[in-house]
Amino acid sequence: MRLEPREHSAWWLRAMVPLSAGFIALFCCSVLIIWAGASPVDALGLLIKGAVGSKFAISETLTRTIPLIFTGLAAAVAFRAKLWNIGAEGQLYAGACIATWLGTGMFDLSPWLMIPLLFAAGALAGGLLLLGPTILKTRFGVDEVVTTLLLNFIVLLFVNWLVFGPWKDPMAMGWPQAAPVVDSAVLGHIIAKTRLHWGLIIALASAVCVWLLMRFTTWGYEIRAVGHSQNASIFAGIPVNRVVVRTALISGGLAGMAGVSELCGLKGYLTLDLSPGFGYSGIVVAMLASLHPLGVILSSLFIAVLSIGADSMSRSLNISNYIADVATAVSLLAVLLSMLLTRYRIRWR
Amino acid sequence: MNSTKPLLSLKNITKTFGPLVANDSIDLDLHRGEILALLGENGAGKTTLMNILFGHYVADEGTIEIDGAPLTPGSPKESLQAKLGMVHQHFTLADNMTVLDNIMLGTEPFWAFRRNTAKAVKKIKRLSDQYEIDVNPHSMVSHLSVGQRQRVEILKALYRDTRILILDEPTAVLTPQESDHLFATLRLLVAEGLAIIFITHKLREVMAVSDRCQVLRHGKTIHLCKTADTTADKLAKEMVGGELPKVERRESKPGELLLELSDINATDKKGHQLLRELNLSLHGGEIIGIAGVSGNGQSHFADLLSGLLIPSSGSFQLLGKMIDRPNPLQMLKSGVGRIPEDRTATGVIGDMTVQENIALEKYWKNDFSSFGLLNNSALAKHTRELTKTFDVRCGGLNASARTMSGGNMQKLILARVLSEKPRVILANQPTWGLDVGATAFVHRQLIEASRNGAGVIVISEDLDELFSVADVIQVMYQGSLSPPIDPSRTTASELGLAMSGHRDVIHSMMLKEARA
Repeated sequence: MRLEPREHSAWWLRAMVPLSAGFIALFCCSVLIIWAGASPVDALGLLIKGAVGSKFAISETLTRTIPLIFTGLAAAVAFRAKLWNIGAEGQLYAGACIATWLGTGMFDLSPWLMIPLLFAAGALAGGLLLLGPTILKTRFGVDEVVTTLLLNFIVLLFVNWLVFGPWKDPMAMGWPQAAPVVDSAVLGHIIAKTRLHWGLIIALASAVCVWLLMRFTTWGYEIRAVGHSQNASIFAGIPVNRVVVRTALISGGLAGMAGVSELCGLKGYLTLDLSPGFGYSGIVVAMLASLHPLGVILSSLFIAVLSIGADSMSRSLNISNYIADVATAVSLLAVLLSMLLTRYRIRWR
Repeated sequence: MNSTKPLLSLKNITKTFGPLVANDSIDLDLHRGEILALLGENGAGKTTLMNILFGHYVADEGTIEIDGAPLTPGSPKESLQAKLGMVHQHFTLADNMTVLDNIMLGTEPFWAFRRNTAKAVKKIKRLSDQYEIDVNPHSMVSHLSVGQRQRVEILKALYRDTRILILDEPTAVLTPQESDHLFATLRLLVAEGLAIIFITHKLREVMAVSDRCQVLRHGKTIHLCKTADTTADKLAKEMVGGELPKVERRESKPGELLLELSDINATDKKGHQLLRELNLSLHGGEIIGIAGVSGNGQSHFADLLSGLLIPSSGSFQLLGKMIDRPNPLQMLKSGVGRIPEDRTATGVIGDMTVQENIALEKYWKNDFSSFGLLNNSALAKHTRELTKTFDVRCGGLNASARTMSGGNMQKLILARVLSEKPRVILANQPTWGLDVGATAFVHRQLIEASRNGAGVIVISEDLDELFSVADVIQVMYQGSLSPPIDPSRTTASELGLAMSGHRDVIHSMMLKEARA
């Protein structure tokens, strides 16, 4: 068996990629659901109902897409430049930390100033956190996959120390959490009596901005050139290191904004369960979107539907909600494999 | 040659890749004791045919017979067992092993407890005596010259009792003297009953060494003849499918001094000397050709002028300004146009569009961007003009560069570089792998640019190319350049001697008048 490159791939073949990935994921999960002793048809029905079956379900699903769009964009931008930022989780917490520091009573402003200020500060914190590994990469060739990944644990332990120690809220009845942000820093709800907050609009606007940046600016052009061919970019006189550092600031910044949005829109205070791994899910989101900024919106929605739906399904059928993680992972693998097959064909001889 | 049954017989071989027909019912017969020259331009289907023969590809139609027995398609192992041997253009030797290890590699049984090196050495000695191939089996391959490495490749094939030897562009890396040596070896081999397929596009060599010629064009056999009954001109016409494009030479009028390098040294990070006491003066209106066997520092010299290599000592003057630490953008801005050696890896970005590739060295200019926003319509207009003027054939401005042929890619690079009206042009192997038409186009453009006042440096391993475009030739050997040579006062074989380090021959062919 060997792979032969295709000269060109037909549009219908490329359109098959997300579809086939969905079907393969569905099939694999059905096997697991049958194994757990339930009917896959019921399970699927409950999953869809749990994710989009009511106004409340839809609002929950959309709420979940917000951090995924931010972290998905963070991964998409960085990966475009072949900067393998695996540290969005840490950058998310870095953003949340700064927002907590500034937003819990240090000063108070009108919401129109407070919220942009916190987002900017959070973005800066996330960007600066990624700056270290990036400079190590460009200066000394240190592998950024290792450094960004390990920084996640350092940041999490730091947050752990903060919420158990100096920042612990005395009014929280002993729970390890920081004080809540002041009222002017809270993102309002889009729909009353749901948790859906204005972070969604900021996330969507960010996606459009990133798309415009990549498509129409010299910065975006440089990021794409460096990502496609570092050699050719150096030869053409593109300042490759500067472009990579700039990319790191944008990517880390987007991840930091995810932290601010979760803090100010959903939780209200800093805890260790602010993110159940949104930084890592962002990588999946970006890959499913083929690193396209607008595609990130759709793939975030897909992942959010899976996880919210699986939560609800698991409650009704008494199946572990890990099924959502399995489905996410399988669909990612299926997408990667199908993308390979659009570029190569298999020869059995 | 003779009427007996052929040793190797390919019948009706057809292979398609999607819409492209790489081989269109090709027949090929090879007899014992003959050298068959397989000729054709790039993309004529020579490589595909050989890949089918060696089982790397499976033909859609057709059969292969060796000595009357059919060869199983798609099995490299079977092909090797049928005593087929190939010497690739890019050698397949492990540099950190000895000649002996390289030759024995893959011939020993998997479960053998110890290697029978004594027997192997004896066999290698016998073969090298018999065919006058002079190589010490115990030397490290990394210490051998390119010509010696090629002999090791041939020995490696002979060690496996090869009956049919295929050589792919074997003289591309050799000096004219080394090529003659190779031809003598090949003659000895066929006298012993071997059969040889010699793949090339250099007609002089075809006339010198082969018995028969087979010319491929667009995947079809166009012409089949005895070498004795034909001429180089006739073969060239068959290869190209018409008259050869003429490149008109015009008298050069050297103008002002544009670039002066004196006593340039450069080392790599480990301290190896890359460039050694290098001297060069380039004037407007002239073309300097840099000759040399590959690996004598040509690519480092090109890096220096591209702004990728920083010299450790010496003076680098460009348009009257001293340059201390060159960088690519600075070179571009001071009017150096660079045509890189590896057009797919450094010249263009395959995954980006034609327009984006045109923009690569100029997107930051005021014409094409303002306040960080790309002016896509101006870029599109510029690209449309350039693709028209330089006849770049592509599937539109938004086709990805990957889909273009080598010739069109090179035209794209030329368009990008020449449209900026550079004062100094560096072209490193500008016609490598291009067909005759594209080669003539590139030559015409370079000559045109130089006659309009630019100084041009052409680095090439092909002496014919240098003789046809260069006003002055300098030979590169172990990181330094010879004094300027007048091409009209020398021959390919004299240059060949200079290329292998004989500096004394240079005096007789230096430029008559001393340069200012």
